[in-house]
Amino acid sequence: MGRYVARRLLETIPLMIIISIVVFMFIHLIPGDPAKTLAGVEASLEEVEALREELGLKDPLIVQYFNWVKNALSGDLGRSFKSNLPVTELIWSRFQFTIRLVFAGLVWAPFAGIFIGVMCAIKRGTWVDLGGMLFAICGLSAPGFWLGLMGIQFFSVKLGWLPSGGLESWKHLILPSMVMGTGIMATLARYSRSSMLETLREDYVRTARAKGQREQIVMFRHAFMNSLIQVVTILGLQIGGLLSGSVLTETIFSIPGMGRLLTDSIAYRDYPTIQGILLIFALQYVLINLIVDVLYGVINPKIRYD
Amino acid sequence: MSNTQNEQAKINTSFEENYIDENIKVSTDGKVKAFVKKFAKRKTAVVAFFVMVALLILALVGPSLAPYEANAFDYDNILSGPSAKHWFGTDQFGRDILSRIMAGAPLTLGVALSSVIVGAAIGTVLGLLSGYYGGWIEMLVMRGADVLFSFPDILLAIAIVAALGPGIINVFIAVAVFTVPSFARIMRSATLAVKGCLYVEVARSLGCKDGRILFKHIFPGTIQSLIVNFTMRIGSAIMAASSLSFLGFGANVADPEWGAMLSLGRSYLSTAPHMVYLPGLVIFVTVLAFNLFGDGLRDTLDPKIK
Repeated sequence: MGRYVARRLLETIPLMIIISIVVFMFIHLIPGDPAKTLAGVEASLEEVEALREELGLKDPLIVQYFNWVKNALSGDLGRSFKSNLPVTELIWSRFQFTIRLVFAGLVWAPFAGIFIGVMCAIKRGTWVDLGGMLFAICGLSAPGFWLGLMGIQFFSVKLGWLPSGGLESWKHLILPSMVMGTGIMATLARYSRSSMLETLREDYVRTARAKGQREQIVMFRHAFMNSLIQVVTILGLQIGGLLSGSVLTETIFSIPGMGRLLTDSIAYRDYPTIQGILLIFALQYVLINLIVDVLYGVINPKIRYD
Repeated sequence: MSNTQNEQAKINTSFEENYIDENIKVSTDGKVKAFVKKFAKRKTAVVAFFVMVALLILALVGPSLAPYEANAFDYDNILSGPSAKHWFGTDQFGRDILSRIMAGAPLTLGVALSSVIVGAAIGTVLGLLSGYYGGWIEMLVMRGADVLFSFPDILLAIAIVAALGPGIINVFIAVAVFTVPSFARIMRSATLAVKGCLYVEVARSLGCKDGRILFKHIFPGTIQSLIVNFTMRIGSAIMAASSLSFLGFGANVADPEWGAMLSLGRSYLSTAPHMVYLPGLVIFVTVLAFNLFGDGLRDTLDPKIK
């Protein structure tokens, strides 16, 4: 197991290096001269030159990259053009809101999704199956921003039950959690159904039934527990989706999280902040995938020894 | 060219001339009939197919069929709900929402379709090459896909738009780039599966050139995976493009793009909720139709995955 974890960790290093290059190159993707664009139309030639110097854009690209990585590793992602605050500080102050949102989505959606999927598989071919899968595909096809706005209109404006924005109490989390979780629920419902159906066809399930095991135990211990192996991987990928889903959710519900910071920074052309958020989002995603892979190795011994 | 190589070339050509007869056509009529018969059994997919065709026709002729001009102001009917005169109601300038949805169809569907076509073409070529040649090409393409996948969902598209600036053309580029890695991965595994087939071995032993093997023998074998993924990705492309426009990074707010219309309706949620409900419903139905059709196609083509 130790070797498996070490191998996965080592495999992550080149990926992280490439991600850092891509995020670093982001500033050079801006059409035209980055210093001129960043300084704005009204900036004088001296101001542009000063900015070029400040950003280190005069150095060769490779030197710039290594300086940037060195600073990033020591927690310095530069200063925001908009507020002049250190980007790390800015991201950290917003991080807790996004994490709260991600957890709000994770609290119910995976369980609901797996429950729907497993029920559909057990009742295959019946109206439960048809209804469950139709519900899942509807959840997958409904734009989050539409669901969110309809939720606000119905529960906040019409009924007055829930607040329409902010994140002060648990009540504020209900609608955003609905928007965050719908996609994950729908995806997991579909995957757990097919995974459960596949497991139900396995020889060991037939053996369990043949030896007279009670149907509930066959379903739960033999089929369901094994079908979870595939579902865990999908769940990991979905958490990444939740991170990016926070961009839309935070915009709809006016939550000052990382996603909102990203959209605001794009509007202000605050490139160091954009760069910092992209780096953090990508690294978070790689880290989650690494954890999921390790977890996958823990629950599925076949993987460890391939 | 040395003598031996000349000899070899001659042998190769004579093999191709003698054994590969371009005039021999395998009839596909029976296969198509069997496919249609099988597909017709999936009622939801058939309904989705007709909705999809209707939407595509709407995109082609919609603007000319619209009851009003997309930007015709009617100040007597500002923010009015659905009525006999304006079936989907009007917006804050009295513009007819149904006409705007119809006029916006070519924009929303056009961006989604064209970006998936471009992304699919690039991804397919990369996937075919990396699956067939392996080695450094495979490593480069797959690591590239890993990096692009590290920016989950629409985050990659947001990052691209952040660098290139807002606008519909940049949304097209962003969605196309966001589509490439999924095709590259799927086509690579499809190529690997077909590469080992006996007929590919035969083609190789007959002296077929790489290009011929790749595009005439391997590619047709991977087309099922291509078609299924293509249909599925159109749904996500519509969602991504409208999300970008909703966030204000895509179409101009004055354009009748569906996501931009929703974004505009946000400010009138309490007085004119139809401005959000109806354009959102159209996005939902469109994405649902493509997803249901894709599901039906997948189940028909590959009954194993159910």
